[in-house]
Amino acid sequence: MNSGSCSSLMDVGYDHHHHHGHEELHVLAVDDNLIDRKLVEKLLKISSCKVTTAENAIRALEYLGLGDQNQHIDTLANNDLKVNLIITDYCMPGMTGFELLKKVKQESSYLKEVPVVIMSSENIPTRINKCLASGAQMFMQKPLKLSDVEKLKCHLMNCRS
Amino acid sequence: MDTLVAQLQRQFRDYTISLYHQGFLDDQFTELKKLQDECSPDFVAEVVSLFFEDCEKLIGNMARALDQTGNVDFNLVGSSVHQLKGSSSSVGAKRVKGLCITFKECCDSQNFEGCVRCLQQVDIEYKSLKAKLQDLFNLEQQIVQAGGRIPQVDI
Repeated sequence: MNSGSCSSLMDVGYDHHHHHGHEELHVLAVDDNLIDRKLVEKLLKISSCKVTTAENAIRALEYLGLGDQNQHIDTLANNDLKVNLIITDYCMPGMTGFELLKKVKQESSYLKEVPVVIMSSENIPTRINKCLASGAQMFMQKPLKLSDVEKLKCHLMNCRS
Repeated sequence: MDTLVAQLQRQFRDYTISLYHQGFLDDQFTELKKLQDECSPDFVAEVVSLFFEDCEKLIGNMARALDQTGNVDFNLVGSSVHQLKGSSSSVGAKRVKGLCITFKECCDSQNFEGCVRCLQQVDIEYKSLKAKLQDLFNLEQQIVQAGGRIPQVDI
């Protein structure tokens, strides 16, 4: 059914109960700023993504089963919790988004192939290049707009097909 | 003869436009409105409310840090300013964001008087925006209660 084109955002309703099945992207959004977390969550939900948020990189790694204790949460084997995209802020206390990117990319599991998008309020070319060179799918300038998420989805759909 | 709804709608339109023209809001606020729909009719009000709570908390942190006479941790102040700059940018609070840029420069150069001045200005500015947005939301409510629809305002 998915021809690779973007679904119109106007057509897609925000519906808790309707499962798009494997077409629905499950996104892990990481940001230490509450307002930004709320914004990115809404942007993604409006674009019919399932969203899980984390307030820092450590929590994100724990969710992905890469926590310090290396817990292998059984439910991660369940497709419902598999993450299709990680979108993370660059500047975060403790572990940065860049460090999170590197940790995910050095995994041998399916996680290595999960696209990681870095967001930042600052437009620093060396930072952007560093992220892209380390395997980031895309770099997005904050503050995020609806059109940014539309572009992101198109980019990901094209990469998948 | 103008109906009550038409009058309220005109007031709402004029007030919205003035907020943008006077630089209180920028187009990121417009982006926020795009995310509001029947499923989340209060999205803007909710986010904005979280933002003002954040302002209060961060300003409190900065005030406390600046109060440590002779031992001010400018990095701490700077990181709170960074947070505030991010939030204000994300909600379209243009003036607050502008002040944060200046404030950050004062932190980076460890300019104590500059920081104190910026803190005062940021405090005044966020409270002023809070009052104005409250007026705007009240107008919306009045329109709806009078049986009208909230007009789409193109800036």
